[in-house]
Amino acid sequence: MIDESVVLTGFLAAAIRISTPLLLAATGEMLNERAGVINLGVEGAMLAGALASALGATAGGPWTGVLLAVAAGVLVSGVFAAVAIGARADQIITGTAVTLGAVGLTGAVYRTAFGAGGPGLSLPTFAAVPIPGLSAIPVVGTAVFNQPLLTYLAWLLIPAVGWFLFRSWWGLALRATGESIEAARASGVPARRVQVLATLAGGALAGLAGATLVLAQVGTFAEKMTAGRGFIAIAIVVLGRWHPGGVLLAALLFGAASALQFALQAMGLAAPYQLFLVLPYLLALAALAGAVGRARQPAGLGR
Amino acid sequence: MSGKSLRATITASVALGAGFLVLAVGLAIAGYDPFLSMGALWRGAFGSWYAFGSGTLVRAVPLIIVGLGVALGFRAGAFNIGAEGQFYAGAIAATWVGLQVAAWPGPLAVGAVWAAAAAAGLAWVALPVLLKVKWGVLEVISTLLLNFVAEALVSFAVTGPLQEAQRVYPQSDPIADSARLPTLAGSRLHLGLLLAGGLAFTLWWVFTRTRAGFRLKAVGTGPLAAEISGRIPVKRVVAFSLLVSGALAGLGGGVEISGVTYALFQNLSPGYGFTAIAVALLARLHPLGIVATGLLFGALESGALGMQREAGVPAVAVQVAEAVIILVVLLADVLARRAVSRQPVPQEAA
Amino acid sequence: MTAPALELRGISKAFGSVQALHGADFSLAPGEVHALLGENGAGKSTLMHIAYGMTGLNRGTIRVRGAPVSIRSPWDARALGIGMVHQHFTSIGALTVGENIELAVGRRTGGRDDGRTETALPARLMEGLPKGARVDTLTVAQRQRLEIVKALATGATILLLDEPSAVLAPSEVEELLALVREFTARGGSAVLITHKLPEVFLVSDRVTVLRSGRVTLHAPVQGQTPASLAEAMIGHASARLIADVLGAPDLQVKRARENLAPAGTAVRVGDIDVMPGELVGIAAVLGNGQRELLRAIALGRGTAFVPEDRTTEGLIGVMSVTENMVLGLDTDPRWTRGVRLDWSAARARTAELIERFGIRALGPDVPAGTLSGGNQQKVVLARALEQAPRVLVAENPTRGLDIQATVEIHDRLRAAAAQGVAVLVYSTDLDEVLELSHRVLVVHAGKVREAPKGADRRVVGEMMLGLGER
Repeated sequence: MIDESVVLTGFLAAAIRISTPLLLAATGEMLNERAGVINLGVEGAMLAGALASALGATAGGPWTGVLLAVAAGVLVSGVFAAVAIGARADQIITGTAVTLGAVGLTGAVYRTAFGAGGPGLSLPTFAAVPIPGLSAIPVVGTAVFNQPLLTYLAWLLIPAVGWFLFRSWWGLALRATGESIEAARASGVPARRVQVLATLAGGALAGLAGATLVLAQVGTFAEKMTAGRGFIAIAIVVLGRWHPGGVLLAALLFGAASALQFALQAMGLAAPYQLFLVLPYLLALAALAGAVGRARQPAGLGR
Repeated sequence: MSGKSLRATITASVALGAGFLVLAVGLAIAGYDPFLSMGALWRGAFGSWYAFGSGTLVRAVPLIIVGLGVALGFRAGAFNIGAEGQFYAGAIAATWVGLQVAAWPGPLAVGAVWAAAAAAGLAWVALPVLLKVKWGVLEVISTLLLNFVAEALVSFAVTGPLQEAQRVYPQSDPIADSARLPTLAGSRLHLGLLLAGGLAFTLWWVFTRTRAGFRLKAVGTGPLAAEISGRIPVKRVVAFSLLVSGALAGLGGGVEISGVTYALFQNLSPGYGFTAIAVALLARLHPLGIVATGLLFGALESGALGMQREAGVPAVAVQVAEAVIILVVLLADVLARRAVSRQPVPQEAA
Repeated sequence: MTAPALELRGISKAFGSVQALHGADFSLAPGEVHALLGENGAGKSTLMHIAYGMTGLNRGTIRVRGAPVSIRSPWDARALGIGMVHQHFTSIGALTVGENIELAVGRRTGGRDDGRTETALPARLMEGLPKGARVDTLTVAQRQRLEIVKALATGATILLLDEPSAVLAPSEVEELLALVREFTARGGSAVLITHKLPEVFLVSDRVTVLRSGRVTLHAPVQGQTPASLAEAMIGHASARLIADVLGAPDLQVKRARENLAPAGTAVRVGDIDVMPGELVGIAAVLGNGQRELLRAIALGRGTAFVPEDRTTEGLIGVMSVTENMVLGLDTDPRWTRGVRLDWSAARARTAELIERFGIRALGPDVPAGTLSGGNQQKVVLARALEQAPRVLVAENPTRGLDIQATVEIHDRLRAAAAQGVAVLVYSTDLDEVLELSHRVLVVHAGKVREAPKGADRRVVGEMMLGLGER
């Protein structure tokens, strides 16, 4: 007899764990897009962060991996910022090219550093850190409050970013830049600089997302392992209506969709694993089609 | 050569040079011998007739066909980044049909395979087109996401319904003989090359000489003016372009099946859908230019394998060069635009 | 003798190879309203943009209250107490009134708006401007007022107003000018940039006239007449041009219209019939449905359209003049052969039209984006007329054009009407509408009413605001 509460707990825990990299990348992309920049290079930044975290962890432990990952993310989005914002090239093509380049570069570096097609790396990872007291709550407590530190960090970011966007002048300036660069400039906002900083922040978070994926979820690195998570993060931003709270809920939704695979397997349901593989992507498409989200898009996005 | 073509060629050359430079520098940093590696790259592409015919040219065919599709989308102002997925969709359909037509005469069988491939590619881009037209969803993302779905579909097909009769490896049975393309004796070079050339020429004629081509240009360069002053149904033109773009990408997959691999398996494409973007951009979306850049990137890919064989450099490193090429072309575009705006235009409302 | 509030000396500025300002001088005394007058392209906006730090100067000096300063950005300008009310609204639609003010006030006050800035503003200004309302829900006049609030909220003592009346109804313009007077009465100084003579006499103390980047007149308003100002604006030009500037309609052309016999309605505007050969003017305040109405009419068969924004809606800048001519005419039998286009035929015809319309272009193959605004507009108009339409709809056809180009466009519109085309002209410049038209239709809240024959600015203005409606 299957213990349903165990399945549920396992499902919730998995959903949250899986959602964390998505949440981090989406939070970064949200800042990016609120400033009017659509950054398709987030996928590349995330992958670069993933590889950097693997290298760093091998060299000096998990936190070194995190540091290197953030740096890698900033570097990749720095390239994007230089071309798309500095040189005002088309944001879409630039983002695509940056991701392409990052995929090639990480693949090449990985093979050079760790050899081609060998057994998977095993890396020092982050263990779950239970919050005393809260984690004792049955089902919910064990699932929600027994997560790696990076997950708690990702959650704390949400109200912090919310405060920044809606309660500080610089957050107002950022939102203004995303609506209209000319209008923001006329009010004295250094628009381009704001966009570059937002992009770098987005890159840092994407890199961190990559580190989370490797060091707090999968435990190893494989080529192209982000498998479109960066693009799913973009869909999460749309579904979350470019609002921190919405992004959190949307990310959890996607985490749940991916975690469904494990829950159903545990319950003995047989289905081709590819079905679960594609569920997040189909969900993302559905989210993008959500017409209501359209109306709230920052008016200057992509200019 | 007209001024515009000259500038385009210079841009392309500079971009190429930059790409190679970055690659060489990266190789050196990683500890490989850059000269040995670049030499291996050259030999892998042009070192022998075999290298050229069965390596470069064979790889150029899908790049040209898919590149034409991507260029068509770009010309309408739409970004079809899902060519990889459409390629796979076409490959799946081509394989399935290819397995059914053993009893058909050759040309008919090949025609059926190609038609199925094109139809599948078109179907694969139809959902993003619908999403774009109805809900304004950015086609970049929707086509991108479907890439992953297509790959999963291939995985499912070759471990399930299309798997070989013996059920040992994740691949399909080989397609019927009648569905295979004739090849040039002693090499892997197949009829698909003629198809690629023919398509390029046809598209060039359409773009420059017909009304449809003019409307496409208007939609891609000035959608607002096209709608208001040109009375052109912009949405319909963009949708149609994307559908044909998908069909071409799918056709590329079908040609690869019927001309090279004769069977379906995972990782059939070494990223043709993405390299095709570089192919299209480097050629400035010009169909005849795409033949040239398709050949160029075919050489790069073929050479990359040679580089991996001889010098131990991972073939994917070439993708870095491709990315640099795209970025340089983008920058050149920006510079050109700035140069134009600096021309004397008397200021009105001052 | 007190130092001028703002003084610009010897300002020269070039954009690429075009010299916008040649050593222009300008000085603003404390407590005065100073009009900066000139036709489109004369350099007045450029001069003030330099004072506000939105663009840099090549040569010259700036002094504020006697002290030399360097103004490199709007930030610097605001720190010196200079505020600008722009021609194009700079408020952000998706943000609220309060947020827009807070944004403008800037980082000086740090975080949240603490209410301090508003006590400096007269309560009257904030009337009718709810702080929590999204700006895209406001009316045009409200948005105009918000621009002024933003400028004053930063503690401006020098206010630069760039053509503020361009989009307002006559009575709203009066309210605006009264506000400006109040501001100067309390010690502020204001520059009123305009190309409309009446405004100069309504509220200004002194006037400076710019022509082609040079100062041609600098004097107290009291000693001037409309004619003297008009001449300073356009120099020794034809009486035609001066009359145009002074807003004196060409009665002879108008009289000729009365002889044409009506032959069936050409088009209906709302409930009103327009006959072939009539030149009908549309007057309306922004946002009253006139745009939708006219654009719906423009879609009709046999109707040609000259859209407001020639660079994005009328022409495709990267395409050649020939290609732009074919746009909208791509089924014309003169250059269509089945699915193919005969480009040499199209090119030949374009060359003819360039000649006939006096379009200054190096040839039919140059990119349309390299033409000047006036020439671009001629291309759009030539193409519209080439369609041999029954009805021609023109939206703000002379926006941003200098006097010469404006007169030429007006002539073409009149000629088209004389040839039997029903011409509908919408302009945010009420004087232009009154001058051109045989009849005037006013659109308010989506409804169309005809102005009585011989109605003047005041009457039409009231109709635009919906006053006097039953």
